[in-house]
Amino acid sequence: MEQKDKHLKVTAIKNGTVLDHIPAESLFKVINILNLSKRPNQITIGSNLDSRSMGKKGIIKISEYFFEDEEIGEIALVAPNATINIIRNYEVVEKRIISIPESFVGIFRCMNPMCVTNHQDIPTKFTTIRERNEVLLLCHYCEKTTDTRNLKIVSKK
Amino acid sequence: MPKNLISIHDFSKKEILHIVEIAADFEKNKSQNILNDKVVACIFFEPSTRTRLSFETAANRLGARVIGFADAANTSIAKGESLKDTIKMVSNYVDIIVIRHPLEGAARYASEVTPVPVINAGDGANQHPTQTLLDIYSINKTQGRLDNLTINMVGDLKYGRTVHSLLQAMSFFSPNFVFTSPDELRMPLEYKRFLEGKGIPYTETRQLSEHLDSSDIIYMTRVQQERFNDPIEYENVKNVYRLEAGMLSNVRDNLKILHPLPRVNEIAADVDDTPYAYYFKQAENGMYVRMAIIAYLLGYR
Repeated sequence: MEQKDKHLKVTAIKNGTVLDHIPAESLFKVINILNLSKRPNQITIGSNLDSRSMGKKGIIKISEYFFEDEEIGEIALVAPNATINIIRNYEVVEKRIISIPESFVGIFRCMNPMCVTNHQDIPTKFTTIRERNEVLLLCHYCEKTTDTRNLKIVSKK
Repeated sequence: MPKNLISIHDFSKKEILHIVEIAADFEKNKSQNILNDKVVACIFFEPSTRTRLSFETAANRLGARVIGFADAANTSIAKGESLKDTIKMVSNYVDIIVIRHPLEGAARYASEVTPVPVINAGDGANQHPTQTLLDIYSINKTQGRLDNLTINMVGDLKYGRTVHSLLQAMSFFSPNFVFTSPDELRMPLEYKRFLEGKGIPYTETRQLSEHLDSSDIIYMTRVQQERFNDPIEYENVKNVYRLEAGMLSNVRDNLKILHPLPRVNEIAADVDDTPYAYYFKQAENGMYVRMAIIAYLLGYR
């Protein structure tokens, strides 16, 4: 019983967004992509929490902030099955689904070491392509594809 | 937005045919002073003498003047100047930029930071679209058509960017492909899927002799030693994919042998004297095609 109370204290937010069911290994990627280190809001982050469906999961709660669809779409490749709950006055008022955007600008690195974006200060630009149930990122510059297993995030300034 | 030529995908079928047509006109009349008030930049961040001379001659034959450099070593790039700054600076002086760069995507990026048209003269292992257009020009010229030809690509089909671009551009013209290569250097799956998606037939073989007699075009490429882990394997392959005059006794009369050059030993010198050798003329054609591309991108043709 005592345990449950503690749990509630940490997690409950009045207004804001809860990102749940983030794969445990992707949690810090999601934090990076959403640039949370630069946000002034109150943020609670849970890593390696027990999950019945996933084993281990990550969770992020952001007070008084509601993401734009494009913003949240950027995490689609690292946490495709995450759930986005919009909280108002302690109640979940909306659940959003993440859909993969048609393009990604300045988020991921191109895995081709000879790509110009890995040598010059150029924001990367990818088009999303789907091939046999796999999502691939086609580099606008070197025309090579990067698969989701090789996604590396460009460190934000 | 100016029109650029960065990737062969930037040109439609109609534009490819337009370039072929005006290149033929430049071949008939080799010096046309239509660009005598223009300046062309040929900026080569890595040396490529053949391509650079071809572009510079093309610009000169159009009456334009040429500035640029043949190697980044003696420029401010060696001092650490960014590609963007170099392009911005050159843009102030010229009407069109021809760029060669060892990094893939460099030409695309250059085209995004300059208001003048950009021609990609090779960006690493990525694209070399003027080579593809001169290959197409050579095919059309020797065969009298582009449609329904059997094109036999030989050698390094895995890493060779010229064969990949040519395959994609020729897909407009209902070709029939033969891919002749060692197992290590077979045509990548993505290109075979591309052909399957378009309903274009292809055959794969390891035997060079197998399809020589049924080909209209044999497109030879160089098998590079560095592609092999085992030097003995390379020695075997090198001698297997070597075309000699004696192998050509039953080929079609219209057969032409193309090669992007430089060749090493994949075409024996005795082939040069057969009526099928076309690789030197192919290189010459490159100049007319580059004249056509420069004139087209500057809006003159």
